[in-house]
Amino acid sequence: MTFVLTEDQEMLRDTAVNFTRDELPVKHLRSLRDSGKNGVDAEGRQKLAELGFFGVLIPEEYDGVGMGMVALGQVMEAQGRTLAATALLQTACMGASAILLGGTEEQKKEWLPKIASGEVTTALALDEGSHHSPAGVATEAERDGQGYTLNGAKKYVSDGHHADVFIVVGRTFGEAGDTHGLTLFLVPRDAKGLTVKSLNTVDSHGAAHLTLEDVHVPESHVLGAPDKGMDLLEPVLDRGRIALAAEMLGSATAAFELTHEYLQTRKQFGQLIGSFQSMQHRAAKMFTELELTKSCVGAALTAVDEQRNDISELASLAKARAGETVHLVSNETVQMHGGIGMTDDHDSGFYMKRARVQEALLGSASFHRDRFARINGF
Amino acid sequence: MPYDTPSDPEAFRQEVREWLEENCPKSMRTPQPEDEVVWGGRREKFKNPDSKVWLERMAEKGWTAPTWPKELGGGGLDREQTKILHQEMGRINARIPLHSFGLWMFGPALLEFGNEEQKKRFIPDIIHGRTRWCQGYSEPGAGSDLAGLQTKCEDKGDHYLINGQKVWTSYADQADWIFCLVRTDNTVKHEGISFILFDMESEGVETRPIKLISGSSPFCETFFSDVKVPKDQLVGDVNGGWKIAKRLLQFERSSISASGFGAARGSGMLGLEEYAKIHVGTDKDGALLDGDLRGRISDHMMYAKAFGLTVKRSGEQAKAGQEVGHTASIIKYAAAKMNQDKFELMIEALGTEGLGWEGEGFDKGAKMATRAWLRSKGNSIEGGTSEINLNVVSKRVLGLRDHQ
Repeated sequence: MTFVLTEDQEMLRDTAVNFTRDELPVKHLRSLRDSGKNGVDAEGRQKLAELGFFGVLIPEEYDGVGMGMVALGQVMEAQGRTLAATALLQTACMGASAILLGGTEEQKKEWLPKIASGEVTTALALDEGSHHSPAGVATEAERDGQGYTLNGAKKYVSDGHHADVFIVVGRTFGEAGDTHGLTLFLVPRDAKGLTVKSLNTVDSHGAAHLTLEDVHVPESHVLGAPDKGMDLLEPVLDRGRIALAAEMLGSATAAFELTHEYLQTRKQFGQLIGSFQSMQHRAAKMFTELELTKSCVGAALTAVDEQRNDISELASLAKARAGETVHLVSNETVQMHGGIGMTDDHDSGFYMKRARVQEALLGSASFHRDRFARINGF
Repeated sequence: MPYDTPSDPEAFRQEVREWLEENCPKSMRTPQPEDEVVWGGRREKFKNPDSKVWLERMAEKGWTAPTWPKELGGGGLDREQTKILHQEMGRINARIPLHSFGLWMFGPALLEFGNEEQKKRFIPDIIHGRTRWCQGYSEPGAGSDLAGLQTKCEDKGDHYLINGQKVWTSYADQADWIFCLVRTDNTVKHEGISFILFDMESEGVETRPIKLISGSSPFCETFFSDVKVPKDQLVGDVNGGWKIAKRLLQFERSSISASGFGAARGSGMLGLEEYAKIHVGTDKDGALLDGDLRGRISDHMMYAKAFGLTVKRSGEQAKAGQEVGHTASIIKYAAAKMNQDKFELMIEALGTEGLGWEGEGFDKGAKMATRAWLRSKGNSIEGGTSEINLNVVSKRVLGLRDHQ
């Protein structure tokens, strides 16, 4: 396991950090919110594509840059720092991974270059209840003459409000709760029978509920082996969880830095509030949690590139630890800022609102504690 | 290349593997009961004779102190080679041949601050486990406020004269020598402290064990009345002991944390989740019946894993030349929390089985867990309290200032 970045990875990290700081600061998210754009940013998407960020996981033969997961993690961390609303998690990570790991050669040739260039964004439409549950799919996928007919509903599809193509998880047999009988389908946004309902979400990033009424999907749009969707879904989800954990690490780090600076400038009782031991110890504890989280995220990212067999365990570790850390830090950011932290004018609320979304997506800390326990046999 | 073998790591690995195969006695490849741990020194009895053989062979190679200079009897290995040595020892479950404050704390500090003569005099005996050292730091009035120490050291021309008292001196009753902080100037605090070494058999040294809530007595009260110390046993400059003391604390914090407070020493205790499975029970899928406890155990195990990865990351970063100063305090704080959480959960998982003290009627491992739980309460106190370590992090790492 390597925790030290290569020169290329460091360069990418610096590019990403500078880009999000200059082009996509929290102020930008605020303006997207205030202008009613619901986190949708076509211009930002184009710039991200020009920098090659959508193609970080995609090999050069499909027009990507093929730098791997550690590299993508640096971009995700940078976007987390400024809470940038981008399609990177859904598209550059999960969409690209689904096609790379499960796609046929034709599908790869068709979709990957479009993803790398930013022409197409994707969104995974999986969960149907208000908690992450990969096996809990009830959406029916019935074989018809030339493919499948999908009927069902998907809840809180992140980036669903602006995705061009959905990766819909349907059930070809069995019932909700079964891990077998799932199949993944590529469903374009304009498919007949698909309704996308945009949601205004607490983090101002937006999302969508989907309903599928007799949506026909041709055989050529099946991703991975029919009925055995879980074999593809799990590794795609794990990559997503790890990338999201990297984003969360970035958010927690930035919120901590914001607080750290405040502790060193704000005075009360004629003293810097950072000179009070009750504040110092809490700051030191947060810093310790950040250090531990950084190690987990680093380990999980490299595990993917090294194709290790403990990716699932490390994905749950990273997502759960990052969840607890971003939760702690975002709460303390508001508390330590006092009244100003409660105002809409200040950024701390943005970090807290986004943190709760990050925590819930792709499995909460409690989901991953359960998974970690199962992986460890108890 | 500090080590005079081929620079190829795989060749080195092969060589280590063969040497261990030939030299590590079979009984040294089994879990180590507490009473077979070797601490060395004049009083070492070697309950298992193989452990003497094993120590001698390892010390002869310099591998009890693999990174120390060869000319002083150390292994002269670089980090990569040391890692290989430890991996290969781990592969055959080889016991640690020597537990020693000399190896973990005093030796590294002496290598940095001692003069050539002192290094030649003390280092080889540490490597071979011939001298067992104890640490004279804490005093009744100066625990966390270490620099508040009062033990007096007077210059009597041809020797120093020491008077005072130390407390929490680990294994003082079994140690041969002490490395000790003493006050050589009363008018200043940190700048009036010196670092001195002396034989525990010197006239005027007395030790008394302190019994802990766990029933054991690893610590002592230590008294000095008119102890005469030769002048060449002062390390560094007179009144220049504080920087040595601080550096040594870093070694102490790292070694305490790396050893997981000795929890990994092989004791007959089962793992946390194994106790929980036995005493709480599982459903048909093997999941613990108490979902809340299961979640908290899982959370703890993740913390432990995150901790291990952090120690590893810090090692890799240091190796790559990145700044990792003061991580010792972060790691010490986290290690104490982790170890205490583990034993709290273990007592909970054991239920009434974890409430035995001695005698019949309770599982042996469970009784050890109970004692270990009580002992673990000291983890956030010894080697710098958690509060002191949080102070170090907030002040030195985060740069937060004191009241003005």
